[in-house]
Amino acid sequence: MSTINPLKPSERMKIPRQEPLEQDAAARSVNFLEVSFGFDMDRTVTEAQRCLDCKTPYCVDGCPVGIDIPGFIKLVIDKDYVGAVRKIREANYLPAICGRVCPQETQCEELCVMGKKLTPVAIGKMERFVADYEMREKLFTPPVIRDHREEKVAVVGSGPAGLTCAAELAQKGYKVTVFEALHAVGGVLRYGIPEFRLPKEILDIETERIKALGVEILTNFVVGRTATIDEFFDEWGFSAIFLATGAGTPTFMGIPGESLSGVYSANEFLTRVNLMGAYRFPDYDTPIRIGRQVAVIGGGNTAMDAVRTAKRLGAEEAYLIYRRSRAEMPARQEEIHHAEQEGIKLLLLTNPTRIIADDQNWVAGIECQKMELGEPDESGRRRPVAVKGSEFVLPVQTIVEAIGQKPNPIIQSTTPGLSTSKRGTVVTDDGQKTSRPGIFAGGDLARGGATVILAMRDGKNAAAAIHTYLTDRRSSTTDHA
Amino acid sequence: MYRIIRAQALAPTVTRFEIEAPFIARKRKPGNFVMIRIDDHGERIPLTLADSDPAAGTITIIVQAIGKTTKQLCAKKSGESILDVVGPLGTPTPIEDHGKVVCVGGGVGTAELYPITRALKEAGNTVYSIVGARSRELVILEHEMQAISDTLFITTDDGSYGRKGFVTDQLKELLDTVPGIGAVFAIGPLPMMRAVANLTRPYAVHTLVSLNTVMVDGTGMCGGCRVTVNGTMKFACVDGPEFDGHTVDFDELMMRNRTYVAQERISEELHVCRLTGETREAHR
Ligand SMILES: Cc1cc2nc3c(=O)[nH]c(=O)nc-3n(C[C@H](O)[C@H](O)[C@H](O)COP(=O)(O)OP(=O)(O)OC[C@H]3O[C@@H](n4cnc5c(N)ncnc54)[C@H](O)[C@@H]3O)c2cc1C
Ligand SMILES: Cc1cc2nc3c(=O)[nH]c(=O)nc-3n(C[C@H](O)[C@H](O)[C@H](O)COP(=O)(O)OP(=O)(O)OC[C@H]3O[C@@H](n4cnc5c(N)ncnc54)[C@H](O)[C@@H]3O)c2cc1C
Ligand code: SF4
Ligand code: SF4
Ligand code: FES
Repeated sequence: MSTINPLKPSERMKIPRQEPLEQDAAARSVNFLEVSFGFDMDRTVTEAQRCLDCKTPYCVDGCPVGIDIPGFIKLVIDKDYVGAVRKIREANYLPAICGRVCPQETQCEELCVMGKKLTPVAIGKMERFVADYEMREKLFTPPVIRDHREEKVAVVGSGPAGLTCAAELAQKGYKVTVFEALHAVGGVLRYGIPEFRLPKEILDIETERIKALGVEILTNFVVGRTATIDEFFDEWGFSAIFLATGAGTPTFMGIPGESLSGVYSANEFLTRVNLMGAYRFPDYDTPIRIGRQVAVIGGGNTAMDAVRTAKRLGAEEAYLIYRRSRAEMPARQEEIHHAEQEGIKLLLLTNPTRIIADDQNWVAGIECQKMELGEPDESGRRRPVAVKGSEFVLPVQTIVEAIGQKPNPIIQSTTPGLSTSKRGTVVTDDGQKTSRPGIFAGGDLARGGATVILAMRDGKNAAAAIHTYLTDRRSSTTDHA
Repeated sequence: MYRIIRAQALAPTVTRFEIEAPFIARKRKPGNFVMIRIDDHGERIPLTLADSDPAAGTITIIVQAIGKTTKQLCAKKSGESILDVVGPLGTPTPIEDHGKVVCVGGGVGTAELYPITRALKEAGNTVYSIVGARSRELVILEHEMQAISDTLFITTDDGSYGRKGFVTDQLKELLDTVPGIGAVFAIGPLPMMRAVANLTRPYAVHTLVSLNTVMVDGTGMCGGCRVTVNGTMKFACVDGPEFDGHTVDFDELMMRNRTYVAQERISEELHVCRLTGETREAHR
């Protein structure tokens, strides 16, 4: 039992779970400032005291990167916030980001024993607080790199998978270059997740820290076009390559009317706003057109971000159209809740069938039909079936489709011998190895759409696998010499 | 930052730039384009790679000033820089020996056509080129096109240079009088490409057009550049920008390209005002 926590377990269980501070719903639905302020110091320390410091901490099993959760919580109780964030960083290089966007309720917090009878310890909010504290007080110190290795490693894609892999490899002493197709670093963290959930300033600070490890980042570089993977090996002198290009190609429903003006993929909609700054048009040059009524199709995080963005851009009515029921929505509970507070209207068990045009070829409405849940399908979720004669037309001028993404095929189609699945993902083994020696892959590219923390785990695993691969190769070449 | 080595006016609103971009210079193929962003507040726009010099590490683009970004770009001088240049993007033009080919360029489309024409010539084709413009001073790359064409025709809408009329008039004459034309390559404004495709259809001559859709990323991640070709959805930035002109839904594309007309006007007016020294904010 902890010597630090002064409270007896029974006393700890009496403390209610702390509530985060949040921007008022009416105010925030018209601005792009962060919705949640998280915990302040008092709330963090109080929350930390709720932790039972379990002998078998199930919470750690729930964290994909296995953070020593009771360990960092003890440091919080001791008010050693910097110690706590360092403890977290042993396993997770981007705590300020994960503390904000991790689906904690289905990971670490789902397995927390406190949640069995009471409410789970708010692990994510504490993680966020200590990371923000270190940033605000400028107490970050970069790790000292002792080893230096000759081999150069290329990391393709600067999302969470790529950044994590680069940071890990740099700390092992490798020369790492990250190649990014866009003009800015971060992948979905930059172009997908909006400012009001993840301020870009945090991403910028994390990027600078990774550069400080000696990692070189080349933006405006589309691997497969600007140079190919084989040229990386043959001409650029890279010894290993980690592919982390995500799942960035949008899919469309295939209903009539999708080429009308006013229909966006979620990727285009969010990229215009987040990456290109369209919410500050005309101060920024990239435009976006938003109707008085907007419909977003889908039930995941992407749909949620798009619909809340539409509201902030001035939509009077912002609808979310989802063909199953609320229980099946893949989006985070916290986000659904926030969206409802902001006045987003959820149209559940509803499926779009056709987009209707005005005489200028602009979107004028969307025809939908009501659904009911039938037998479970392959995914175990009950299959939605259309209710006959239930069609209705919703007047909207903007439609955003957020029904899923698949990997961009540019690298796969220019790299001979790289195995891909039917879904277009790159096939890897448990150690992130692909079908080609020296090429590793992870994150959404290997998984299809997943999460930030799983992408980071793949990045870490890949760094370990690359280290083993290069070490083995080195010893085998010395053997032969 | 990508430095402009040389900026040279080709016509009153058309400027040719040589820009330092060594990686792109090495990989450029005919039909490829780049996405550029001038500054931190800028829009990403697509521009065709008219040429490149791998040894010097430079690429060439030819830009017509029509709106906010292109006007801002055309005001740049040698020695200045562009913040972002990425490429080479798009699927390169398939270059084969068709025997005889006709290359049709309209307006600044001639700049996009030039590298393709040159490659077709080098592949052994007999090249007939038609360069069209509204009037004499808007004819660009005449000498360059002359040098790589077996026969060059010029048409102007007002008759101030070359033949009076449209490129399609000249093309029809060629199709009627020259036997064995294997393919037509047409790049220019959408109405021109549509007219060319409609003209060649009854002759059953393979016709390639280059679609100027609105693009955001240029790498296949936004779907903003989607077009309907042969009844299926294609992304112009990766599947194109060139497609079989006989299968393109031009009407749909022309409608889609009007999506941002109102915003483009705002953006441009603010730009014009900025030239007089006033800030953008002052105009809100
Ligand atoms: C709108 C939205 C909201 C989300 N919200 C959450 C959330 O709240 N919590 C959560 O855990 N997950 C969330 N996700 C999912 C999560 O963001 C992804 O699972 C994660 O970002 C995947 O990381 P990655 O590193 O594999 O790829 P990405 O983040 O997709 O990064 C890939 C990078 O590779 C670059 N690239 C692609 N092709 C090339 C190439 N040929 N050459 C060079 N670079 C290339 C791309 O430009 C991109 O920058 C969300 C996703 C979206 C779209
Ligand atoms: C593959 C491709 C190659 C091109 N090559 C050349 C070239 O070599 N030289 C050249 O002068 N022009 C070229 N263009 C056209 C050029 O991209 C547009 O002129 C430019 O984007 C206009 O931007 P603007 O801000 O100056 O004008 P705006 O006032 O913003 O727009 C004027 C018109 O340009 C088009 N446009 C606007 N924004 C975009 C965008 N982000 N992407 C695509 N089109 C847009 C629209 O049709 C619009 O109505 C090409 C376009 C494509 C798709
Ligand atoms: S990284 Fe995510 S899953 Fe792991 S402890 Fe932090 S919030 Fe929980
Ligand atoms: S399971 Fe919950 S109570 Fe137990 S150590 Fe983890 S956070 Fe603390
Ligand atoms: S420009 Fe975004 S997919 Fe083509």
